[in-house]
Amino acid sequence: MNIFGILNNQLLKMEWLARLVESLVENVFGLDVSTPVGGSLHFFIYDIIKIFILLSVLIFVISYIQSYFSPERTKKMLGRLDGISANILGALLGTLTPFCSCSSIPIFTGFTNAGLPLGVTFSFLISSPLVDLASIILLASIFNWKIAIAYVIVGLILAIIGGTVIGKSNLEGYVAPFVYSNDMAEVEQADLTRKDRVNFSSEQVLSIIKRVWLYVVIGVGVGAAIHNWIPEEIISALLGHDKWYSVLIATFVALPMYADIFGTLPIAEALVAKGVGLGTVLSFMMAVTALSLPSLIMLKNVVKMKLLLFFLGIVIIGILIIGYSFNIISFLFI
Amino acid sequence: MDIKVLGPGCKNCETLAVNTEKALAELKKEANIEKVTDFKVIAKYGVLSTPGLVINGKVLSTGKVLKPKQIMKLIEKVSYE
Repeated sequence: MNIFGILNNQLLKMEWLARLVESLVENVFGLDVSTPVGGSLHFFIYDIIKIFILLSVLIFVISYIQSYFSPERTKKMLGRLDGISANILGALLGTLTPFCSCSSIPIFTGFTNAGLPLGVTFSFLISSPLVDLASIILLASIFNWKIAIAYVIVGLILAIIGGTVIGKSNLEGYVAPFVYSNDMAEVEQADLTRKDRVNFSSEQVLSIIKRVWLYVVIGVGVGAAIHNWIPEEIISALLGHDKWYSVLIATFVALPMYADIFGTLPIAEALVAKGVGLGTVLSFMMAVTALSLPSLIMLKNVVKMKLLLFFLGIVIIGILIIGYSFNIISFLFI
Repeated sequence: MDIKVLGPGCKNCETLAVNTEKALAELKKEANIEKVTDFKVIAKYGVLSTPGLVINGKVLSTGKVLKPKQIMKLIEKVSYE
């Protein structure tokens, strides 16, 4: 095995931890990991520890990078471009800009008011929850690098195309008038020192962990249940490779759910282990993370129903296309 | 002194308002803290990431839940000017 492979297995997949937890389950709890109870317990303890370690390290590093890309700065960068390159940059910056759903309206208003085309703003809004830098590394840890990179590229393409379609559809009339009419002040951005960025990053670690830990625990719990308790026949009857409706079911079951990407990963992991198609699992993850009721309700404050439904429709169609195409080409990845 | 906390009313905005009250109490200063939840007004201030902290009409912080100590510094700076 090459050095990269060893690093990958020990640092990202944490094989040492898997073995440690295995001996814990076998020696302390006295359970065989090949039995359902022992296996679930192993999956649960191992996944929770692994996700929290990775999460803390990742959020710190990523927050540090993000401290260079405030939404105010993003707005300025995007204002200099037009056409498809603005959509591409919008989607890319969406993955970098720190952003919680309660900020989606101020960002929407700020971008639109600054004269950014509607489509560019939507490219940003689609990619922001969908493709998170941390999720790339977690995907690589749980699956492999090929899948992680494919997920990111496909997510970005969805954001770019979705935004472009919205931009080309002349929907500006469906935006609340105050978004355009305001004369907006420019906020001066204070220069950050390295100490500021380190503080910001550590605070992000704490606040994100506080926000997502419950999703992660529930996600790992559901993953453990799927992993060892739900018979494979039931899952493959609903979501199996050969079922044409599997992607549809996964997408529409996931739509009303909202969880952080970190909570959905353990479920995805367990589903893949049960033989569910890669595309089906990706559709599930994207539908859970990209569309959330709270942020849709907020968006309703600034856009009319028609634009909101248009946005929903495009994202759903995109997710379905991604699911079906990945199922066809999944032999390339596993 | 006139203080405004900008944000749609999520948890971070609440915490920022509470921390601002703590900072004022610590400095033994009186000020009126207004919570601004109207997106139109938030947009006027040019704030893209909430919560925002506005003191005497000037945006001093965005997208951060400042600790009471940090807010004290900002208040002192504004009073000094």
